[in-house]
Amino acid sequence: MTRFIERHPAWALIALIAVALLLWLILAVWPPGLEEAIGRKRVFLNAVLNGITLGALYFLVASGFTLIFGLMRNVNLAHGSLYLFGGYVGYAISVWTGSWILGFIIAFVAVALVGIVLQIAVFRRMEGQDLRQTMVTIGLSIVFADLMLWAFGGDFYQIQTPSWLIGPVELPLVTAVKSSGEAVYLRYPLVRLVIFVAAIVIGIVMWLALNRTRVGMMVRAGVDDRDMLAATGVPIQLVFVAVFALGAGLAGIAGVVGGTFQSISPGEDTRFLLASLVVVIVGGMGSIPGAALGAVIIGLAEQLGSVYIPTYAIVVTFLIMVLVLALRPQGLLARR
Amino acid sequence: MSLVQGAHPQTSQPPAAQRATFMTLPEFNTPAAWLAAVILVIMPLIANGFFLIEIFATTLILGTIALSLMFLAGYGGMVSLMQLTVAGFAAYMVAVFGMSANTNISLGWPWWLATPTALLLATVFGTLGGALAVRTEGIYTIMITLAIGAAFYYFTNQNWPIFGGHTGINTVATPKFWGVDWRADIPFYYVTLGVAAFCYFAVQYVSRAPFGLALQGVRDNPRRMAALGFNVNAHRVAAYAFAAFIAALGGVLQVWNYRQISPGSVSVGACIDILIIAVVGGITRPVGPYIGAFIFVILRTFALDLLVKFGLDGNRFRLLIGLGFLAIVFWSSDGVIGLWERWRRHTAAPEKRAARGHGHG
Repeated sequence: MTRFIERHPAWALIALIAVALLLWLILAVWPPGLEEAIGRKRVFLNAVLNGITLGALYFLVASGFTLIFGLMRNVNLAHGSLYLFGGYVGYAISVWTGSWILGFIIAFVAVALVGIVLQIAVFRRMEGQDLRQTMVTIGLSIVFADLMLWAFGGDFYQIQTPSWLIGPVELPLVTAVKSSGEAVYLRYPLVRLVIFVAAIVIGIVMWLALNRTRVGMMVRAGVDDRDMLAATGVPIQLVFVAVFALGAGLAGIAGVVGGTFQSISPGEDTRFLLASLVVVIVGGMGSIPGAALGAVIIGLAEQLGSVYIPTYAIVVTFLIMVLVLALRPQGLLARR
Repeated sequence: MSLVQGAHPQTSQPPAAQRATFMTLPEFNTPAAWLAAVILVIMPLIANGFFLIEIFATTLILGTIALSLMFLAGYGGMVSLMQLTVAGFAAYMVAVFGMSANTNISLGWPWWLATPTALLLATVFGTLGGALAVRTEGIYTIMITLAIGAAFYYFTNQNWPIFGGHTGINTVATPKFWGVDWRADIPFYYVTLGVAAFCYFAVQYVSRAPFGLALQGVRDNPRRMAALGFNVNAHRVAAYAFAAFIAALGGVLQVWNYRQISPGSVSVGACIDILIIAVVGGITRPVGPYIGAFIFVILRTFALDLLVKFGLDGNRFRLLIGLGFLAIVFWSSDGVIGLWERWRRHTAAPEKRAARGHGHG
């Protein structure tokens, strides 16, 4: 962090001002002139919170994607299908047992199993052939999409939020001050906040597992130099399988989250594949903190864009990607 | 940015082959190629309207779009998933600048003005996308071009003032001049055939021209080409520009064919279909995409009836396509052409050996 400030003082200053401005916009009571110019603060705050919580969902999807890519150089274009499959499994389980939590666990296990099968049966056979692996994942995504359409039809499914998470909660953020001097606080759905916290916890656990455990050390070594790691006698195939299972499982969890937040239907696989692609391109391929940063940026851009410039919202996301590619082609937080 | 051309060793071919004429093109020295060409020219005598347009004209259009991908992937080593997006952009521009039922969007220009404008804009669009994509390499290219394609799809879906939202632009006018309705079945077939032949031979020619040879050098060893003084990125961007023009031609034909354009035509699935067509046909030779497109169109048109006949669910066409694609990727890195050539070598090898043995004796 200090090194970044030393090396790029101008960028650090711009970033600092942007963060300060955002914090002021969130915390301060808006003066009337500002409300007239860009609308009410409640709308803005909702968009920001929606953006951050959507970013949490994107992080769950993209972190698995970036982990698999970082270690195995496999651009898994079937990642969106894993997300959708997780959503369907979560829906089926939560309807069957009535338990939301159980839906998460089984979706994780089921999708992780699919990931293990894919790694052992398909990708191990064509190790080192990046392009061919990518082509295979494209073929798989088509097959999976059609199989799921066959099994679940074209309907929209929404996973029932458990009763203890239903309803809004009051946040200590002032949206407006009434004429009587009484402050109006923002009310926000509890479930989205819980998911957001859970995503942060998952992110921290992943970071700890990667940086503080022996297996994490192997994974990091594998990201840096796969062949050398194999030469030191580490059972690298086992590490590959474990990472693929974890990445796929995270996509499965994200599917359940997405099914609760929004809904799941055919076509969502492509949407989340695109989201993970853009997040990973922006954040830096193979980097978990990069995925987190990229996810928050893209989530915010998408939500603020759809509130303030509805018909051009996607252009904002796209421009961010273009800007990052132009200035830092390897992504914001990539090492190389 | 200068494209360094000429003044480099022609290692791949003797100089005589440089002045290659029609007859010596490798794909025109087999009787099968001549037969195919003759059949394509006299097709309207054989096939009726449905087959002519729905099968053959569609094959030629999809094949042309896939040809642009083949050019990038085969000669440039860049697998771009945005070629259909470029084609779709050209189609949208024809609809926006030309005449259509959406009078609030279309500017109502005559076709001879709208079409070149669309081609130009789409080429610029493809070149800019390419300039973005060449900042990264290999599999990253797939990711970025797919992101561009998907972003364009979602953009057309949510943008109403220019792209007409998810209903798109309907009843696009097609050219009528010299007393001919060029969208009538037989003239339109010849238009597509002419454009496809032009693109095919253009790719053939460019692949043998100094630029194409340099591009293949860039594909095989970019660092060495850079050391030899070639501007690697400029070659790549130029390849994207050329491919974008071909894709744009395909896009214009596509909008004339269906007379409408909507986000569904530029969806991610459709982008991937183009990749499937090119890979199934084979991305080492320009004829591959057309073969792939023919297989794809035949499957898409008749898979439903066929599946129902076998007592299966007719809606599982995509499953069939996906499994076929997987099989090709698994067994042959060079698509159907590769399979065919392997088979031919396999059958021809014993004869050759026998002939050589005879000569010695």
